[in-house]
Amino acid sequence: MFEKVLTRNFGLPRSESIGVYIANGGYQALPKALHECDPEQLIEMVTASGLRGRGGAGFPAGRKWGFMPKGSDIEKYVCVNTDEGEPGTFKDRELVEKDPHQIIEGVIIASYAVGAHRAFVYIRGEFFLGVKRWIKAIDGAYAKGFLGKNILGSGFSLDLSVHRGAGAYICGEETALIESLEGKRGEPRKKPPYPASVGLWGKPTLVHNVETLANIPHIINRGAEWYSSIGTPKSTGPKIFCISGHVRNRGIFELPLGVPLREIIYEHAGGMTFDKKLKAVIPGGASTPMLTPDQVDTPMAFETLEEAGTMLGTGAIVVMNEDTCMVDVARRLMRFFAHESCGRCTPCRTGTQRMLNILERLEAGQGKAEDIETLERTARKIQGLTFCPMGDAAINPVLSGLKLFRDEYEYHVTHKRCPV
Amino acid sequence: MQEGVQIADPARRSMLLTALYIAQEQYGYLTKDAIERVANRLRLPVADVYSMASFYSLYRTEPTGRYVLQVCEGLSCHLVGGADRLVDYLQKKLGLEVGQTTRDGLFTLETVQCLASCGTSPAMRVNDALYENMTPERIDELLETLRGYHV
Ligand SMILES: Cc1cc2nc3c(=O)[nH]c(=O)nc-3n(C[C@H](O)[C@H](O)[C@H](O)COP(=O)(O)O)c2cc1C
Ligand code: SF4
Ligand code: FES
Repeated sequence: MFEKVLTRNFGLPRSESIGVYIANGGYQALPKALHECDPEQLIEMVTASGLRGRGGAGFPAGRKWGFMPKGSDIEKYVCVNTDEGEPGTFKDRELVEKDPHQIIEGVIIASYAVGAHRAFVYIRGEFFLGVKRWIKAIDGAYAKGFLGKNILGSGFSLDLSVHRGAGAYICGEETALIESLEGKRGEPRKKPPYPASVGLWGKPTLVHNVETLANIPHIINRGAEWYSSIGTPKSTGPKIFCISGHVRNRGIFELPLGVPLREIIYEHAGGMTFDKKLKAVIPGGASTPMLTPDQVDTPMAFETLEEAGTMLGTGAIVVMNEDTCMVDVARRLMRFFAHESCGRCTPCRTGTQRMLNILERLEAGQGKAEDIETLERTARKIQGLTFCPMGDAAINPVLSGLKLFRDEYEYHVTHKRCPV
Repeated sequence: MQEGVQIADPARRSMLLTALYIAQEQYGYLTKDAIERVANRLRLPVADVYSMASFYSLYRTEPTGRYVLQVCEGLSCHLVGGADRLVDYLQKKLGLEVGQTTRDGLFTLETVQCLASCGTSPAMRVNDALYENMTPERIDELLETLRGYHV
């Protein structure tokens, strides 16, 4: 059985406390990093581990660290992205609620490696318990001298504070997150420049997902070679998969990247509820194109899912059985995207609303013959033409639905109802 | 600890989200007065502060009931028989539509998109508390408990 890394303490009582974290080997990577490594070595180690970002895009973490300008005279920042809100995803909330110190240790090491002395947690406003856990954990780390001035006598200092978002999915996008931290509307910035050169208050800023940071202490403790031996050559390390929908055991499962989708659904998640037939799977969160039953042997890795025409995204798997109406699925996801469009660019703002209107009409049995074509045309007018990646994310459920289940859309028009 | 840390002037504006939360807590919702006070305190244009309050969904510029019942209508909740079923149930039980408040001012019904509880769905949020694996029976219990605080 796969030895759990990131979730190994989740089952322990009071796993969120600093005492339990330390008793189980926590805060051992920190002195090692501060006393035995210089920043360059740490960046090399993380690069060699092959760790890729767990926030959705899968960008190599070590390379991102390397983009940060060198030198301790430049003001730099680190941001910890806890804005999780993509439907289907619930791993970050668990990481923060059950083992926040693992993330904090990762933040301190990352900050030291890139030369930042100020780090910010940006947490989704709805995560009330998460906010409390973050604050308590940070206080505990200060009390032990892991945060603050001259950490463990190394001469390195770091302050970490928590900022609560206020209900806007788009603030998970890194430049929108920065805008929001600055006290503004969370509207994405133009990239380039990337945050690593112009970020928070115009200063170089490293933004990471909490799961990415949780990996760091383990890489330092056990080495890049150990880490890269887990997973596939291009997708290394453990991954927390979230599984929801029509399976028996919904929840999170930590498994090596590259594990076949079939194994997650039928072994770890216990198979389909009521032994119904599988119809479709969203493999990586609401914005990733769907897979069909003939694709369940696809390994859950960045490169293999890309070959299969979709994405690993956040690793949030949504399983749908034969009774699921695919127009309804698209409508629900479009409600989310239309609601969360920040409104900055027209194709995304008006396009998502237009698509939603059509989907609502189809589902209500009032669809017109030309609706399906209009839906497709509207999606194409968004594709690649929006200011941030959310536009492309929003059209994926519709385009993949039309590709795989077009007959179902047509049935809604001709019979004025669902086929299922 | 956090409060002690000083950053240059831009940090003043960074306080805006927190300031709006505090004002909302004090006034119940962001009244015209509350918004003006925040604007004055942080030396920002009132229109700017209004625009913030309208961008973020957790800020309210209208009064709500004592308890805001937010049912998740996201995909994962829907697939396991949540969403519509729970919304319908609450609408009938409380005699209102989504967006409305009961006449006694106790409950406001709303829908939200995803509460990151997809593995323990159907989920709902009541003010700052999360409720998972919801059923009509558990909704009955919840409403009873909440009403119990106000008799
Ligand atoms: C619309 C949108 C929403 C996003 N939401 C999140 C989020 O909630 N959490 C997150 O970590 N990354 C999110 N991202 C990705 C971030 O922009 C960024 O890539 C990530 O935080 C980088 O961290 P990583 O390299 O550790 O993955 C989002 C991106 C987009 C386009
Ligand atoms: S694509 Fe959508 S979310 Fe992104 S900037 Fe444009 S309107 Fe905002
Ligand atoms: S879809 Fe309801 S909690 Fe995620």
